[in-house]
Amino acid sequence: MIVAGCDVGSLTTKAVIFNNTRIISHALIRSSFDPAKSATEVMNKALDAAKLTMQDIGFCVGTGYGHARIPFVHKSVSEIACHAKGARYLLPSVRTIIDIGGQDCKATRLDAKGNIVKFFTNDKCASGTGRFLEVMAKLLGLELSELGEISAQSRNPINLAATCTAWAQAEVIVHLNTNTPKADLAAGINEAMAARVAILAKAVGVEKDVCMTGGVAKNIGVVQAMEKQLNVPIRRLRVDPQIIGALGAAVIAKEKMGEK
Amino acid sequence: MYVAGCDVGSLSTKAVIMQDGDIIASQVIFSKPDPAESAREIMDKVLAQAVLTQADIDYCVGTGYGRNSIPFANAVESEITCHGKGAQWLMPQVHMVIDIGGQDAKAIRLDDSGNVVRFAYNDRCASGTGRFLEVMAGALGVQIQDMGDISFQAKNPVAISNQCVVFAETEIISLINAGKDLADIVSGLHKSLAHRVAALANGVELDREVTMTGGVAKNQGMFTALEAALGLKITPMVKADPQIIGALGAALLARQAVNRAA
Repeated sequence: MIVAGCDVGSLTTKAVIFNNTRIISHALIRSSFDPAKSATEVMNKALDAAKLTMQDIGFCVGTGYGHARIPFVHKSVSEIACHAKGARYLLPSVRTIIDIGGQDCKATRLDAKGNIVKFFTNDKCASGTGRFLEVMAKLLGLELSELGEISAQSRNPINLAATCTAWAQAEVIVHLNTNTPKADLAAGINEAMAARVAILAKAVGVEKDVCMTGGVAKNIGVVQAMEKQLNVPIRRLRVDPQIIGALGAAVIAKEKMGEK
Repeated sequence: MYVAGCDVGSLSTKAVIMQDGDIIASQVIFSKPDPAESAREIMDKVLAQAVLTQADIDYCVGTGYGRNSIPFANAVESEITCHGKGAQWLMPQVHMVIDIGGQDAKAIRLDDSGNVVRFAYNDRCASGTGRFLEVMAGALGVQIQDMGDISFQAKNPVAISNQCVVFAETEIISLINAGKDLADIVSGLHKSLAHRVAALANGVELDREVTMTGGVAKNQGMFTALEAALGLKITPMVKADPQIIGALGAALLARQAVNRAA
């Protein structure tokens, strides 16, 4: 029995193909303006990698901001539920999930059975979302993926006073003009990012084990800064943190198949 | 007796020179990265206009975010106090000043003598300040000073759903790509900013009459959008450029200081 999960995010679209015991394949693409097109494209990519066709998929669950526009799904489930399901599949002891996406962030607390107890979302303010890092990386002339590695070389991270992305941008420009090392800027940016999201995490109540999902979880600088902020270890997941929503959708698809 | 007020803002620097009870010169320039340099330049400019030298100035009060870097200021005062003083001196009937600057917004409630009773202030989130319009003007490829006129051609103002400057910028780029009319977008942006500033103003309990100060007050589209958002008529500042009210208030405080010493 083969199932699939498809997560159409604002910035990236992800798909996971799954059977009873393992992830058969997964794919990730940059989202286009058309969620239906993104979904079809990423699904074809994942199917190709698994040498399967759409006919082989018994059940497909969709999630993400574009979930309502995915043509081939049997059911849509919220991102919160999918991230929780995906994280718990990989780490059954997980109780707190911090998901930082391209344009939002969410903190979710689960009970011992995996039920959602409390969650908070921020999608109103760019600071505290992946967009903040994207704006800053562009300013520093770095790839988004470089921000984490480069910050490890910092000896003296800058302190960003502003919360607002627009003001923080101005602050970073002043630092660039005074030749502050990029590593120190990147480290300060990662710390600022973690500090904002930590407020959301603290508001839901942090319980161990804690994990991070979403694209920003690939930034080791932010993960380490978050560990410092929350004073708990962040458990690393064994698959790409960016596909956890799609994985959770696939796990839910498998459960739905079982119910039939 | 000559006194001066100097307001070093984040975006523009302003100065006013008063002789006895009259404004004899006023100037506005774009701020430099160094506030001391901005202060020196604006003062040279306003002194030249008044045909005076620095030695002629009996007292100078500084204000604005760069007020502590003004080398020639005898004293400094907060922008809140200065805007209140300046507005009330020009318009004694005013009890409420809404000041939208380049990087902040303030709502100030005054008593009958122009003293600050209560105020609300935002400099944390760019979306409630002049920066919002500045960023959007850049994205739309229009001059910020043209936005007011453009907005009056709107037929169907667009509702801007994002508050955050960063997200709203992306939103308007997609609106342009979707073929939306420029005037409709600009008008929607005014409405959006007005809505946030009105929330700030409502927090201090509005008291008639209301006037608007700061550079954004020159934008007639913003002026009417704010009237609509507040649900009342705003009394326009006609006797002086609304952008120099902070500097004017500083000059008035300088005059008070001299009179007190005399």
